[in-house]
Amino acid sequence: MILVWLITILFAGGIGAWLSEKRNPELPRVIALATILLDLFLVVLMLVAPGVLGLDSASQAELGQTGEWLILSSSEWIPRFGVAFIFGADGLGLLLITLTVFLGLMSLGSAWNEIKERTGFFYFNLLWTLAGVIGVFTALDLFLFFFFWEVMLIPMYFIIAIWGHENKEYAAMKFFIFTQVSGMLMLLAILMLVFFHYQSTGEFTFSYFDLLGTAIPDGFGFWVMLGFFIAFATKLPTVPFHNWLPDAHSQAPTPGSVILAGILLKTGAYGLIRFTIPLFPEVSADFAPTAMLLGVISILYTAKVAFSQNDLKRLIAYTSVSHMGFVMLGVYAWTSQGVQGAVMTMLAHGFSAAALFMLAGGLQHRIHTRQMDKMGGLWGVAPKMGFMAVFFTVAAVGMPGLGNFIGEFLVLLGSFRISIAAASLAAIGMVVAAVYSLIVIQKVFHGENKNNLVVEDLTTVEMICFGLMMIGLLWMGMYPQSMLNMSEPTLRSLGVLFFQ
Amino acid sequence: MYSNLIIDLMQIIMLTISTVVVMMTTAFKRDHGLISGLTVFGLFASLLTFVFIQPVLPLEATQLLIIDEYSLFFSNLIIVGAIGVALLAYPYFQNHNVQNEEFYILLMTATLGAVVLACSNHFVSFLLGMEMMGVSLYAMIAYPVHAAKSAKFPLEAGVKYLILSALTSGITLFGIALVYAYIGTMGFDEIPAALEAAGELGPVFLIGVLMIVAGAAFKLSLVPFHIWTPDVYEGAPVPVTAFLATVSKAAMLAVTLRLLLVSNAIELNVVTTVLTVMAAASIIFGNLLALLQENVKRLFAYSSIAHLGYLLVIIIAAAKIPGTLSVEGVSFYMLAYFVMSLSGFAVISALSNSEKEYDQLADFRGLFWRNSWVSAVLITVLLSLAGIPLTAGFIGKFYIFTTGVESELWFLLTMLIIGSAIGLYYYLRLIYIMLQPAEDDTNDPAAVSLPLGVHAVMAAMTAAIIYLGVYPAPMIDTLQSLASAF
Repeated sequence: MILVWLITILFAGGIGAWLSEKRNPELPRVIALATILLDLFLVVLMLVAPGVLGLDSASQAELGQTGEWLILSSSEWIPRFGVAFIFGADGLGLLLITLTVFLGLMSLGSAWNEIKERTGFFYFNLLWTLAGVIGVFTALDLFLFFFFWEVMLIPMYFIIAIWGHENKEYAAMKFFIFTQVSGMLMLLAILMLVFFHYQSTGEFTFSYFDLLGTAIPDGFGFWVMLGFFIAFATKLPTVPFHNWLPDAHSQAPTPGSVILAGILLKTGAYGLIRFTIPLFPEVSADFAPTAMLLGVISILYTAKVAFSQNDLKRLIAYTSVSHMGFVMLGVYAWTSQGVQGAVMTMLAHGFSAAALFMLAGGLQHRIHTRQMDKMGGLWGVAPKMGFMAVFFTVAAVGMPGLGNFIGEFLVLLGSFRISIAAASLAAIGMVVAAVYSLIVIQKVFHGENKNNLVVEDLTTVEMICFGLMMIGLLWMGMYPQSMLNMSEPTLRSLGVLFFQ
Repeated sequence: MYSNLIIDLMQIIMLTISTVVVMMTTAFKRDHGLISGLTVFGLFASLLTFVFIQPVLPLEATQLLIIDEYSLFFSNLIIVGAIGVALLAYPYFQNHNVQNEEFYILLMTATLGAVVLACSNHFVSFLLGMEMMGVSLYAMIAYPVHAAKSAKFPLEAGVKYLILSALTSGITLFGIALVYAYIGTMGFDEIPAALEAAGELGPVFLIGVLMIVAGAAFKLSLVPFHIWTPDVYEGAPVPVTAFLATVSKAAMLAVTLRLLLVSNAIELNVVTTVLTVMAAASIIFGNLLALLQENVKRLFAYSSIAHLGYLLVIIIAAAKIPGTLSVEGVSFYMLAYFVMSLSGFAVISALSNSEKEYDQLADFRGLFWRNSWVSAVLITVLLSLAGIPLTAGFIGKFYIFTTGVESELWFLLTMLIIGSAIGLYYYLRLIYIMLQPAEDDTNDPAAVSLPLGVHAVMAAMTAAIIYLGVYPAPMIDTLQSLASAF
């Protein structure tokens, strides 16, 4: 039940924030902070004592599941179609929930001083997006999963459409249509899967556990798998479905970009790991070379595109696609190192991309431009900001000792066993990453301050946020085993190849 | 036996009595408030009779009508819709200083026609109901013809509807004659046996069936019989547009589905082919043309064409899957669509009156900040029309996908996905316009305080959209039991 509480608290907090605006426009952000802190408290409790808190052994036995599931609960919703509220969290889910709540706090930090208009509705949307994401990470009924998949979409649309920048209508529309259409393909695929399960067993069910191992008639398997794949590959995103991302990221307000880059992209990767491959192991194995190729193309192509951007946020957005290419590569290698690496990349990229977007957003807030050719020499006026930019850029590039390095290194290691060519090409991507990252530092912070820009340095709230994210990345880099241990049982039960 | 029959027909009798009462009262005392109050009261009383009817179901009331759970469900829906329309009409016509009272009489007769149509089990009652509804609608559409500023459109719309509707009635009647000439019966449930006795299916029979289908397609505004829809939707006063979009569609759909299933016509290849073409064309053209609209009523008109196309997918699925699932799906989708449309038109109605309708997209700019409540209702409706979870529209779309997958209608499902993708664009555009900052506060329609009735309609329908979307299980159970008759 604790998972349901996590979601309900966010939903309720959102409504509370919206209603409180009438009393005082300052109140919504306080309510949002309290809501997220309460969730964070529960998450920490789950991490420390998962067995004690909310472990529902009765429904666990009912679903015939034990072992890797730390928390599981189930109750009826629409019995007519075998739809139930099944929420569960295992090690992987718990890691991602932690990431979500933590980055939710960060995005709140970035919104704290930036969002001045219509605060109530803003924090409502922020909290509902987070609730949708936690739902996605915990739903184990495919109907419920789809439900949350869409729930996280609409508030995000509002965030971009109302508080976005100059071209927000186009960006919000594109974001919505890409995700929604690919989502519809997934819905069709889910229903086909359910129907095939019904044909072979005579039972209507959307339960993840029942649908695992469904026999699919010849010729249909590939198409059903593709429905899932396209939805997740659009969200991840991977070339050729990445088109929405640069627009959405650059037009969204900073807190929106933080959530998009930090959390929403990870739902795509999570879907691939949890659903696409385990539900269709054979077809996925046949499809793996194609997917890995797409991953490699994403890494190299978007790195190249990123290099040619002048818009700071667009550049970071393209690098996100490039890093997500590593995730795709690692996941479809389906070896222990590969998938572990993908999970680490998801977590680390969540931190580093969120931090970079906060920096870019902070700069835009201060000097009202994202164009890098108008910046320059900012280190002199804002040294704290410069330091943070260097730190998180270097982290994103994959400096050993920080989380991103562990993730990408493991991905390369894992995929090398499967395809030497793919791993070698991907490794080139790491080199290109250094080039496009350093050019940012050079253009923005070094050189001459041509326009005599006066930039206020980071505020206390911002320093706290960046400091927390630095600690997180250092932890991931120095002691990754703590996280690898958590995700390992999940990966074993999903059927990832472990080499000993 | 006879007492049961009386109870069975109670809803229709009650509606008739109310109509007469409203008419007589109008003759003695013209008072807008009184008449509209009486209308709503009469409709409520008719609605509540279902409590007595329920226990004696199902029963064939004469050869012409059948009252079962299915027809009762649709009759109730129709009456609820009529109550909504009456509540919207009162503030709309309040400043209209010609006689308004006849509008309510027309509304009652149209509702009566719709209920007869929903209960119809025979071609005679089918035609009777259709004409009763149609003839009342001609006058209703053209009703505010004397209003100073909107004199042109209502008349144009009324005449357009009159001519085209009369034409299709003729075609339908001709089709009925051909079918009767071939099999010698007019009762829906006698058709399968008569067909078996007649042996091979002749072209005359098939042409007759297709003519009847064309007549139904006209009322349901399916492509290529949709041409009247946008003009009439735009020209008619908003409450009447709401009636056309909800009551008229629900009644026609109820009888069409019954006819297709009971007579086994759905199993004829030529019928499914024609329906498939109409469904695909409605989905694609409806959505594409909706993209071009600057008028919200026209936008809803094209969106309704698309939605009826979606609905047709479930009906076509009945050829391959058990009719019960199809009936359940159609009923749910119709219910969802009914609630969404009524709610949507209530919003337009809230902003309009007989002198001036605020129905241009530009009129909605910044509505979210000017009047959050009204625009929140419209956003809910639009998201539901787009089929987003947490709303009734999503469960409806879920039914379409389920039945489509089960009967392997891959072509139509592809059309559905393409159509929905296009649909998202214009629904979102309207939402986006409402989210824009308001430009100026002069000439602000949302500033007018609204009577309780309009608020009640919006609140009830929005609550229904969300309730059906979040917890559809009870409604699904009800629909499952009413579908078991087929």
